[in-house]
Order: sequence, then structure tokens, then C-alpha cells
Amino acid sequence: MAVPILKQGNYLIASIQAALTDADLFELRNALVTQVGRFRSRGVVVDVTALDVMDSFAVRTLRDIAQMTRLRGAETVIVGIQPEVAFAMVQLGLTLEEVATALDLEEGLAYLVERSKRTGPEIGSHGG
Amino acid sequence: MDQMLTKPTISPMSAEATAAMLRELVAHLRQNRTRLREEWVQRIIEAQLLTAMSKEEIFAEATSVYDSYLDVLETGSVEALQAYARNLSERIIPRGVETHEVLGIVLLLRDVLARELFTRYGSDFGTLNNVLEAYEPAANRIATTVGVGFVQERERVIRQQQEAIRELSTPVLPVRERLLILPIIGVIDPMRARQLTEQLLRGVRTNRAKVAVMDITGVPAIDSTVANHLVQTVESARLLGATVIVTGLSPEIAQTLVTIGVDLGKMNTVGDLQGGIEEAERMLGYKVMPVREATQQG
Amino acid sequence: MADEIVMDVSSDADIVTARQKGRELAGRVGFSVTDLTLIATAISELARNIVLYAKHGAIAVSLAEHGYRRGIVIVARDEGPGIPNVSQALQDGYSTSGGLGLGLRGTRRLMDEFDIVSEVGKGTTVTVKKWLR
Repeated sequence: MAVPILKQGNYLIASIQAALTDADLFELRNALVTQVGRFRSRGVVVDVTALDVMDSFAVRTLRDIAQMTRLRGAETVIVGIQPEVAFAMVQLGLTLEEVATALDLEEGLAYLVERSKRTGPEIGSHGG
Repeated sequence: MDQMLTKPTISPMSAEATAAMLRELVAHLRQNRTRLREEWVQRIIEAQLLTAMSKEEIFAEATSVYDSYLDVLETGSVEALQAYARNLSERIIPRGVETHEVLGIVLLLRDVLARELFTRYGSDFGTLNNVLEAYEPAANRIATTVGVGFVQERERVIRQQQEAIRELSTPVLPVRERLLILPIIGVIDPMRARQLTEQLLRGVRTNRAKVAVMDITGVPAIDSTVANHLVQTVESARLLGATVIVTGLSPEIAQTLVTIGVDLGKMNTVGDLQGGIEEAERMLGYKVMPVREATQQG
Repeated sequence: MADEIVMDVSSDADIVTARQKGRELAGRVGFSVTDLTLIATAISELARNIVLYAKHGAIAVSLAEHGYRRGIVIVARDEGPGIPNVSQALQDGYSTSGGLGLGLRGTRRLMDEFDIVSEVGKGTTVTVKKWLR
């Protein structure tokens, strides 16, 4: 099951709709890392509101996405982690320390906008 | 417990003989049901047990217990009695019936029936001996089943109440848009740590909070286990996108934590609750000042 | 629905199915949403270990009763290569191909009881339990 990736201005939004297999997660990672380059995106929002379980593989993949897109010039923020899922993740010892998180899509986008202001004006336009 | 009571004992009677004996006994106790039950209820009232219940209620329950009692003697299976005991306990615990009363009435029934056996078989010592040998283990098993059922139900009620008290003892208070306060008072054990984490996370989600101030001024002591729980609370809130500020670490607790080597690097700590709220407001972009100054500036 | 479900696990799609079905069964015991999430996550970790290291195995989820306590038992069984040093695999910082150690350790933290039997060349059986509070 493919995750739809939406391009909005300088940002990519991937909103996960249902439980993902490992292969789906891999596919999502590859798609995001590719598209960040293609659209010269400055940020990525991955919305995980629909996930009622995130095991070590899912969390590792999200962390990989954040690190890989960062190397490609885009900051990733994970939004919509459910309270119970967050609780389980911490029990597992998976805290996504290096990765930005936000309550929901709106907050995630606000975070990215805020961040780009802090890191200085963008040079040129990346379409939109 | 069951195993202990049904452990085979050296008995002059064969299993079939015991079964036959019990059958006869049950038939006799059934025949005299009305009289024996009446006698039992009388003794319950004389002993001032089940005072929270009316005579009619006692009689109704006594009837059910009496019949279940005979069923156990007859079938040897306590399952139905177990279910009944649980159900009975559920009904009478809220009315304040105590453990000694429940045990008391079952033991009284045991005695009433034992007396009946003496009266009936007393003239023949050998038979009486055999009857009692069949009767006693079964009667003890029944007393244990009812007693344990009652105590377990009470424990369940107590657990539920503890849960409710815990929930009340850790309020999550929205004080400003996007700002929560958690004043924690009293001892934190792992159960409570988990509960306060769950409440905080739910609070963050429903109030769309961005910052939460967790004040532990009222927590008398923190060991490494509790400290790790608090670190986990902070980490899980961050996964939802919220920052937790911990305030009110007493000098003793601060010293303990450093001495036992708990890594609080991930924790955002501010001296007291007031300072914590100020810091939270700053993070949220609020600026609080006296009205006069504000109007002068504005 | 029966009181026990047994699921074959040999692909990553099976991992998703196993945790969804396990969660459903655990829901009947009356666990809180948090506990259901912990249980589903544990099943996911156990199933992934099977797929990664043994290729094929089975997960059984069943209702448990111990005296007055009620709960759920999950048994993950495979006939894979086995784990040479179980206690080492459960230590912090140990990991082969980045997963096994964390998966087992994490699972232990998520559940109330944890038991593992492994023999090199024969396979591994992990049994975990969670009790209703």
C-alpha cells in the first residue's frame, strides 16, 4: 500500500493512511529521499496519526528518513504520534531523539516555516 | 489451595464408598432443607452476622448458599459455587459486609449440618466416622472457596478504588492556551508513574498543549526507578510534540539524583513552579507584565 | 472467536496481520488502549524476529488465567538457527544486524513476563505474558 506524498510549496507531506508493512515503509523512505531532491524541498512532514502501532522497524525507518532527507537539505518532522504509541515507543527505548516532532500536520508545517525563518531567507524560489 | 485440600488422605473408605456416603448425606440434607435452613438463618441472626441485611434478604441468600452447598457436596465441583460467591460478594461488599461475617455464616452452616449428621448417625460410631470423613474435606473446601471469593472481590474493589484515587491525585490542568500544569503530590511508584504519563499524554493531545510544567515539589523522594520513569514521561511527551518543564526538585532529590548517576540531561528543569510557568510562557511567546507597564508601553 | 489464534509468520505482511489479530483477541480480555498498544507492539517485534532470523515460524496468542488474574499469552516459535548466547542477546548494546537484541529486550520491557528457550540449530521459542491490572 503506497503512501500518498503531497507537494505543498517548499514542503512534502506524506500522510500514512493505514498500517504499513516493512516493504511499504521502505518504499516511503525511498520515495521521500528521491522527491526531496526532485522538488528541492526544504522540509518533509510525515503524518503518522493513522498508525496504532510503531515497532522498532517503523521507528528506525522514520529516523532514517529524517537523517537521509537532512543530508539532502530538508528537515523532517514527524506529526500525529498517538499517546499510546508514544508510550510504547519509550518503553521500547525508541525516542527518536534527533528527529523533530509535532502534534499534528498544522503544527508540523508551522514548525518548518518557523525554522526556515530562523535559518535565514531562502535563496531564490523553488516553484510551488 | 484446592490441591492442598484434595490431597488424598489415608482413609479406610474407598472412593466409591465415599461417593455413596455423600449421596446419601445430600439426600438427607435435601429432605430436611426447610428445617435446617431455618435453623441456620436463626443462628446467623443470633450471632449478629450480616447486620447490614434484612431478615428476608438473609433468608434469600441463605437459600441460595444452602443449595449451592449441597451441589458441591454432591458433584465435588466448586465452579458454580465460585461464581455464586463472586456474585454474592459483588452485591454485599458495597453494603459494608465484612470478611468475618461471610466466613462466619459459612462456618455456621458447616456446624449446623455437622450437628445434623451427629444427630442422625450418632448411634452408629463407625458410620458417623465415615460420614464425617466424606463431609469434612468437602465442607472445608466450600468454606475456603467462599472466603477466597469474597476476599478476591474485595481486593478487586480496592484496586479499582486505588486506580480512581490515583487518577484524582494527579490532575492535569490547562492554565493557558497550550500550557498544562501537573502538580504531583505524594509518593510516585511505577504504577503511578505510568498513570501520570498516560494522563499527561492524553492531556497534551486533547488540549493541543505545547508545554507542560510538571511540579514535583510535593514528592518526598525519588529513586533511580522513579527518575527513569520521569525521564520516560518527558520523552514520550516530546514524541507528541510537547516540551515538559520539571520544577520543584528539592535539594535532597537533586543530590540523590546526581549521586546515583541519573542522566537528567534530557530534562528541562526550572527551580520552582513560578519560574517554570514563566519559562513556559516565554516558550509559547507570551510576555506577562503588570497592566500599568503594559499600557505605558502600548 | 476462539480463545486462541495461531498464525503462520513468514512474510512482512504476516507481521501486520499477526499484531492486528493479536490485538483484537487481547481486546476481549479488557485491556486498556495503552496495554493493547504494548501487546500489539510486542507481537510485531516477535514476528519480525521470526521473519528476519528464522524466515518462517508461528505466533500463538491465547487468553490466560491464573487464579483470579486474567491476561494474554503470546508464544512465538520458530525452527530457525537459534540464538547462541541468549543472555548476551538480552543485554543492552548487543545486536546482530541491528534488530534481534533490541527486539527481544524491547519486548521484555513491554510485557509482564518473558521467557525464552533457544537451541542453536533447532530454533527459538519466546513466551510472553501480560496481565490485566
